[in-house]
Amino acid sequence: MRHTGTTMLVVLNKDAYSIQREQDVILFRNRVKEFAVRIGMGVVNQTKLITAASELVRNMLRYANGGDVLIEVITRGRENGIRLTFKDQGPGIPDIKQAMQDGFSTGRSLGLGLPGTKRLVSEFDIKSTVGVGTTVTIVKWKNG
Amino acid sequence: MGPFLLVTIQVDLYDRLALMLESDLVQAISKSGAQGVLIDISAVSIVDSFMGRIIGNIASMARLLDAHTVVVGMQPAVAITLIELGLTLPGVQTALNVEKGMQLLQSRIRVADSEEDAPHGDDDAGSPE
Ligand SMILES: Nc1ncnc2c1ncn2[C@@H]1O[C@H](COP(=O)(O)OP(=O)(O)OP(=O)(O)O)[C@@H](O)[C@H]1O
Ligand SMILES: [Mg+2]
Repeated sequence: MRHTGTTMLVVLNKDAYSIQREQDVILFRNRVKEFAVRIGMGVVNQTKLITAASELVRNMLRYANGGDVLIEVITRGRENGIRLTFKDQGPGIPDIKQAMQDGFSTGRSLGLGLPGTKRLVSEFDIKSTVGVGTTVTIVKWKNG
Repeated sequence: MGPFLLVTIQVDLYDRLALMLESDLVQAISKSGAQGVLIDISAVSIVDSFMGRIIGNIASMARLLDAHTVVVGMQPAVAITLIELGLTLPGVQTALNVEKGMQLLQSRIRVADSEEDAPHGDDDAGSPE
């Protein structure tokens, strides 16, 4: 996370969604796109943000049986951006460092979701407690 | 030379549709004896690791059925995103559009056919690798 000290982060607009089923993935992606278009985010950054969001909702469905997502339009200084918070009450991740490595997967998959998502966004934060759940927060600045 | 199959994906596919496409396409390849498969994704705006894996699966199953796969029309933003995500599609070739994709398939198939005729084709007996 970047700390500017003097500039405050302001939430302009927000919306919450519950993710329960596979069909929610595309619906949710469309919502993210609407928000990104509304702040004038360019196509490349939009695509990176939506792809990252898609990976994180898939993880939520696959490993935690779903969860909730908050979409926020934020502003800091002159920058506008989108912040997404993915919160689930699944099993949690015992070793986050390991989960963030390219190729690590307990689902016999590619293990790209978390590390790839981090590369695609401006800011990435993950918190997880075993037995309690996982919260991943990402920010994509309009020009970031 | 066998026929080519052209598949155009018109929308961002729901997962179940994507999985159906995978099995339908594999059946179509085996029924038609196609030697080449073109997957046109020019209308697809998001390729995440799930969709990428489906495309990769189609290509590897096509390969088992002796067909080559070319993905055509990938949007530039999608290509940039896939690289950053870290998703590579082994065995999948890409081309700018359907026409270029056809040319690529034709040349691939010619090369494969001439390798078959060669006396030391793909036989790995005695090969150091
Ligand atoms: N929300 C979550 N709750 C519990 N465990 C999770 C969650 N998200 C990820 N994990 C764990 O972290 C590992 C790595 O996740 P990541 O998304 O990077 O890879 P993957 O989902 O296994 O494969 P891919 O995303 O490439 O299909 C997962 O295999 C899983 O063990
Ligand atoms: Mg994943």
